[in-house]
Amino acid sequence: MAATKTTTKPSANGTASKAETTAKNERLAVLKTYKIYINGQFPRTESGRYYTIKLSNKEQVNVCLSSRKDFRNSVSAAREAQEKWAGKTAYNRSQILYRIAEMLETRRAQFTEELVNQGASAAAAKEEISIAVDRLIYYAGWCDKFNQVFSSVNPVSSSHFNFSSLEPTGVVAAIADQNSRLLGLVSIIAPVIASGNTIIALASTQFPLSAITFAEVLNTSDLPAGVVNILTGEVSELLVPFTTHMDVNAVYINTNNQQDKVTAETNAALNVKRVKVEASIDWTLPKNEDPYRILDYTEVKTTWHPIGI
Amino acid sequence: MSKKQDKTQKAAIADLALDFSSGFKYEPAPESSSHVKLEKQYELFIDGKWVAPIDEKYFETTSPATEQVLSRIAEASAADVDKAVKAARNAYENVWSKISAKERGKYLFRIARIIQEKAREFAVIETMEGGKPIRESRDIDVPLAANHFFYYAGWADKLEYAFPGKKANSIGVAGQIIPWNFPLLMAAWKIAPALAAGNTVVLKPAETTSLTALKLAEVFQEAGLPAGVVNIVTGAGATGAAIVNHPDVNKIAFTGSTDVGKIIQKAIAGTNKKLTLELGGKAANIIFEDAAIDQAVEGIVNGIFFNQGHVCCAGSRLFVQEGVADKVIKKLKDRMKSLIVGDPMDKNTDIGAINSKEQLKKINDYLKIGVNEGAEIFQPACTLPKKGYFCAPTLFLHTSQSHRIVQEEIFGPVLAIQTFRTVEEVLEKANNTPYGLSAGVWTDKGSKIFNMTTKLKAGVVWANTYNKFDPASPFGGYKESGIGREGGLHGLLPYLSLS
Amino acid sequence: MNTTLKSYDPRFTPPVDQVSVEERCARFTTRSIKKSTKVNGLKLAMSMIDLTTLEGKDSEGKVRQLCYKAMHPHDAMPGIPQVAAVCVYPTMVKVAKKALKGSAINVAAVATAFPSGMAPLQVKLDDTHYAVEEGADEIDMVISRGKFLQGEYNFVFDEIAAVKEACGKAHLKVILETGELSTLDNVRKASDLAILAGADFIKTSTGKIQPAATMPVTLVMLEAIRDYYYATGKMIGMKPAGGIATSKLALHYLVMVNETLGAQWLNPDWFRFGASKLANDILMQLMKEQTGNYQSLNYFSND
Repeated sequence: MAATKTTTKPSANGTASKAETTAKNERLAVLKTYKIYINGQFPRTESGRYYTIKLSNKEQVNVCLSSRKDFRNSVSAAREAQEKWAGKTAYNRSQILYRIAEMLETRRAQFTEELVNQGASAAAAKEEISIAVDRLIYYAGWCDKFNQVFSSVNPVSSSHFNFSSLEPTGVVAAIADQNSRLLGLVSIIAPVIASGNTIIALASTQFPLSAITFAEVLNTSDLPAGVVNILTGEVSELLVPFTTHMDVNAVYINTNNQQDKVTAETNAALNVKRVKVEASIDWTLPKNEDPYRILDYTEVKTTWHPIGI
Repeated sequence: MSKKQDKTQKAAIADLALDFSSGFKYEPAPESSSHVKLEKQYELFIDGKWVAPIDEKYFETTSPATEQVLSRIAEASAADVDKAVKAARNAYENVWSKISAKERGKYLFRIARIIQEKAREFAVIETMEGGKPIRESRDIDVPLAANHFFYYAGWADKLEYAFPGKKANSIGVAGQIIPWNFPLLMAAWKIAPALAAGNTVVLKPAETTSLTALKLAEVFQEAGLPAGVVNIVTGAGATGAAIVNHPDVNKIAFTGSTDVGKIIQKAIAGTNKKLTLELGGKAANIIFEDAAIDQAVEGIVNGIFFNQGHVCCAGSRLFVQEGVADKVIKKLKDRMKSLIVGDPMDKNTDIGAINSKEQLKKINDYLKIGVNEGAEIFQPACTLPKKGYFCAPTLFLHTSQSHRIVQEEIFGPVLAIQTFRTVEEVLEKANNTPYGLSAGVWTDKGSKIFNMTTKLKAGVVWANTYNKFDPASPFGGYKESGIGREGGLHGLLPYLSLS
Repeated sequence: MNTTLKSYDPRFTPPVDQVSVEERCARFTTRSIKKSTKVNGLKLAMSMIDLTTLEGKDSEGKVRQLCYKAMHPHDAMPGIPQVAAVCVYPTMVKVAKKALKGSAINVAAVATAFPSGMAPLQVKLDDTHYAVEEGADEIDMVISRGKFLQGEYNFVFDEIAAVKEACGKAHLKVILETGELSTLDNVRKASDLAILAGADFIKTSTGKIQPAATMPVTLVMLEAIRDYYYATGKMIGMKPAGGIATSKLALHYLVMVNETLGAQWLNPDWFRFGASKLANDILMQLMKEQTGNYQSLNYFSND
């Protein structure tokens, strides 16, 4: 389908109260349709299905219930985008991640409102956005450094120059922390794409709004189409396609459910996916940002060449 | 010269072949096995002692070159494996994690030294049981194995420098399962980093090649390595499964086929066991027209005929740029005529015995498949020994990505050749495989090398060389060729937890 | 390789990778040559020797002694072949020719302002004519390394072609003096150039510059010969010279020839060793094979 890009103004977010505006006979607010984000576009789910989120302001939002086909389309987009994204200079990727942080910062008000409407306290919302911005900047800074820190020149016992450097694993499918409104998603997307991977992330089922708004941030941040794809929907429905797709190289699954862990790790064996299963954590803690999260989605490549004349 | 004359002359020249049959014949130069001490029967090495298997089951190990029985090997059951894991756990909790990292390292240095002292004996046994040429076990496998222990020995007390910003902790008991193509070297690859990182080990060698691992156990005894730090349980798939499924094993490291790797990855799903897999490959070896052609031909030979092609990173898919294809193939064929196939114990043998009857059958099946697929087969004239399992070095010409002999890992001295025209074309074909272990690139142009090496999806890329190994050099694959790296700084990570 | 060219184009020469060449050479040295293979190899090596004296103090007496040694390496041991040639300065050709009369041993003369080659072309041609007129069967010329390194390939090409013409029926060996060429790429270029310009043999060294012959240099030259053979069907000879003093090393070279060019080149018509000490070391090894005892040079004539 030819998806239309949702236009957003700071005032026209979906959280304005319909009841309030109509009662005072003022201007009717324009509500936002929350759609998914695939290949730099905002289509509705191909399945036409939705689920409903009730916000703390009594507002109700219909959210896409993404299907395995939406995931399949996302993987195609991510695969298509991957080599070009990895081929950009690290400095360029770094600037784009920084740009995402800039765009997020400028939309604090909208995100605060959304987070509050999804149940966060105003203070918590502010903190979460601040940390999300700072986390993006943290990983932006790593783009052109992690390879310096974690690569090696290997002193082999022959006349060869030998070095090992890190390269992106490829296409990563991630199920974000279901208990986090924004930070869990940002904290997994940033390290995955920092090295040149592309990602398909499933947002928290109960807190999908800021994930989609974050996609709007991404879409206005010079990030090439397909590098990040964000779906909304049910873990129970998407866990299997996420972990069985043969063109996915690595999966990140945030879950507290042992059966989901078993399923993910079992399915990963189909094509020897790299798989990381992690329990829900407090993403505000500094210890939950570190370059080893970049390393989780990289491959060590060792290159040999003779030294002669 | 007229065009027609030119053509006839060219055709005549194409028929020119060098004579590698009537020249210098090397008399047999067999390595002596008289100094080798082999027991009639080997028990399991558990908790520093040789113990009989609970079921009292044994199997015979034979030489693939002579089909003679070399020894009887104990077959470990799940109960034996349980004993070994308990010994490893006990050694981990009470001994190995208690001694200082410096002392841990010194044990490894000592082991490296003893391997060097017994190098000749190890090489002979490796060749007798595995079938690889004595030249390779003597010049490559055994020295590299000693070097591996030496390299990781030095890491034991320096782990704090390996992973910046993190504390490196040992993880406990490592279960390790190794293949038959580099029996001693793979044991070294597995054991050395595991011990340096502070773990203890239960290792299972492949059932056709147990002896050098058992000789290594004797080295551990001689080195005074505390009981239980390394336990060696021999047996086949069931023994391996018992290790993989044992609840008290914290880490599994496996080298072998992709099929078995997947079974293992599945088996440990949900268990929190750490995993390293080093699996199959179908590597592209790419020759550009501006390459040093004569050296590239050597690289092709070394890439596919090293160790009878029983190498997961073997350069089994050859891509030659069209402008030099005829020349490369002609040179390659002539070079193959000078390869000596036969008794692996002979110091002049280039290609030894296929490791087992089963493997020979698999390779021969693929030769039939290749012929049936319409590929043109070439084998130099060579007389194979009547006894034992041997296969002549083989080329398949006029193949394409759609041929099974191009897609599937044969694990034998069989090369499938394709031609290509452009960089884009060959990159696409090289990466057009579920595997991603290694690749080779031959060109004289530096910028082209870096272009290729960054775009090839493979864990090891050899540029203007092939099949080089070093303890300091990380090894391991992308995609279905495995998870994690062995060797070098990066090879420590799979044996540590960072906090 | 375009064989009709009257000049040399370095673009036709393939690159050479030094490390791989050295690895290949190391493999030749792991061949175990024992018993009858060894004896046959040593005798073959003896028959390929260009027994050489190239000193400023060479005299007629010295050359006559050397020629006798060439014909009678060790009469106490039957079945020892004579060497292939005696290699001397042009002024000694006549003496050598006379001393070797009746034998099949050739006389090779170094010419063209050996060893530096630093002389005008006419002087080199005169040098060559003189040696040929004195009766030399083979001419060992040197190339102008300075010009070669300056990239003046056609100067070097023309010089070789002119000397070749001056040789008449004498065989031309072209000395590349690889110890001054610095890289294996240059060795390969010089080999291709010399072959195209008309060399019958290509030769590594004068023996006056270190390093002289090495296995990697020789392998690269053998590969040039092989490519020329593949392209034209014509065989070119090879002569490593200088630094090959032991039987073991000579056998390594034979293994290299055997596995690079094959049986056709394993004879004195196509492969030579330029050496002076090698002959006695071969004799000692042959005697050891015969008697089982390690030998002393005291028992072998030193001419």
